[in-house]
Amino acid sequence: MEILSIFHYEFMIRAFIAGIITAVIAPMIGIFLVTRRYSYMADTLSHVSLAGVAIGYLTGTQPIIMAMVVSAAAAVSVDQIRMKRKVFGDSALILFLSGGLAVAAVLLSISRGLNVDLSSVLFGSIATVNSTDINIIAVLGVLVIATILLFYKELVSISFNEELAAAAGLRVTLINRILVVLAAVTVSLSMRIVGILLIGALMVIPVLAAMQFSRGFRTTLLIAIAISLFSVITGLFISYYLDFSSGGTIVLIAIAIFLAAALRPGRKHAGS
Amino acid sequence: MPVTRTAPSTGIGRSTSNAIEVVHVNVAYGSQKILDNVSFAIPQGAYVGVVGPNGGGKTTMLKIILGLLQPQSGTATVFGKTPREARKAGTIGYVPQSVSQTDFSFPATVAEIVKGGRVPQIGIGRRMSARDREAIEHAMKEAGITHLRNRLIGGLSGGERQKAFIARALASEPRLLILDEPTTGVDPTARHQFYALLKTLNERGLTILYVSHDVEVMQEVSFVLALNQKLLCHCSSHEFLTNETLHRLYGGDVEIAHHHTH
Repeated sequence: MEILSIFHYEFMIRAFIAGIITAVIAPMIGIFLVTRRYSYMADTLSHVSLAGVAIGYLTGTQPIIMAMVVSAAAAVSVDQIRMKRKVFGDSALILFLSGGLAVAAVLLSISRGLNVDLSSVLFGSIATVNSTDINIIAVLGVLVIATILLFYKELVSISFNEELAAAAGLRVTLINRILVVLAAVTVSLSMRIVGILLIGALMVIPVLAAMQFSRGFRTTLLIAIAISLFSVITGLFISYYLDFSSGGTIVLIAIAIFLAAALRPGRKHAGS
Repeated sequence: MPVTRTAPSTGIGRSTSNAIEVVHVNVAYGSQKILDNVSFAIPQGAYVGVVGPNGGGKTTMLKIILGLLQPQSGTATVFGKTPREARKAGTIGYVPQSVSQTDFSFPATVAEIVKGGRVPQIGIGRRMSARDREAIEHAMKEAGITHLRNRLIGGLSGGERQKAFIARALASEPRLLILDEPTTGVDPTARHQFYALLKTLNERGLTILYVSHDVEVMQEVSFVLALNQKLLCHCSSHEFLTNETLHRLYGGDVEIAHHHTH
């Protein structure tokens, strides 16, 4: 079949593997960020991870790993500030978002002589997924999925009402830490396919679209994963054949699905 | 006499006939005393209201009984265990004040919310056993919300939500139910249904501690603990509503709904 000629290229196979893993984990983390009104966390971590990428290029280390280390450290710090200092959650996020971006800007200007393809980092590029990336994405992607499944009940309980979960004896702080670190890992893994500036969108928009169907938590999550997978797979085909930015295409498809779901005729209004 | 002051000299008897024993509890934030040498015992099966002005130490007392706060001195036990142990064992069901501020666009069915109350007992990484399912079903039945199980929490009325939270608290099969101002923002009809539900649960043997600044609630309970730094009254509901404790608690400005004595 003509359309499957795409898989004659090894880089496209790699792009699809990375894409599918990304598509599954992004909404799995995203649903817990969205439901606790913490959607900006994803964007903050992605901007901070750009600083990690810059460090990676400067020092010749793996950019994905450096992005992960830096954004995980930021994630834990943001959560710490949110809990201890009582700085409003979103002010702390803005601090880290702009701070991360500023560090990245300075570091990237130092490395100007190096061959850094900034736009593929920012917006995703299917041609840049190399075999080392695939190994990292596959191993850590499976780890993220396993961890979410392990703590699924607890995460749902805490997202619904943190005070109630704490009173019932759940280790809220620990589980929150696990969630933000998983978010940081997810951001770094998704970098290649959707790009740093659009990861937040892939984590949040499929979830928002799925919530338009007013279902229970588990069903909403499954719908979100389906929407995310559809967006990523379709987006990869389109970006291959039309040479569009993969991240941009994927996110536009997800937004189109969100709009269709939100504006569909006969949609019941979700309570309150 | 179902509500008694524990004799100051006895210390903690690890007797299991009392649901809650609080002995010589002191809490202060800096120089500000919150709880001043508070002692009381609540026997199993009692229906007790905790009343007092905001800032009078109700919430602090609650946190101590829930094991979320350690008093500077003194002890609290719940069914002979430390509050932490009791909480982890699911012995305490809790309906917090924050219920009314919960984000009800949260995508979850009533059954999923009720299941949440059982999560600590199920354990991390484990699936529900038949026993867990049974407890969750029973909790929904007790609260009278079995027919709402597949409805979204956001689509319920205030009164139905209240019942869903009771069911959630019952899912761990508690022996003690603690409610902290649970009817904020619920209309009067639903509130009275709610009181009736609590009465039924109490009659089936559940010990209930109902924390409220609302004097109206104190007509529902059998016994009252009046807290304003010190324990001002540990008496029957009737005694509380007719004696001068009310005035000491709130100053002269008290009006009791549905209970005008003159």
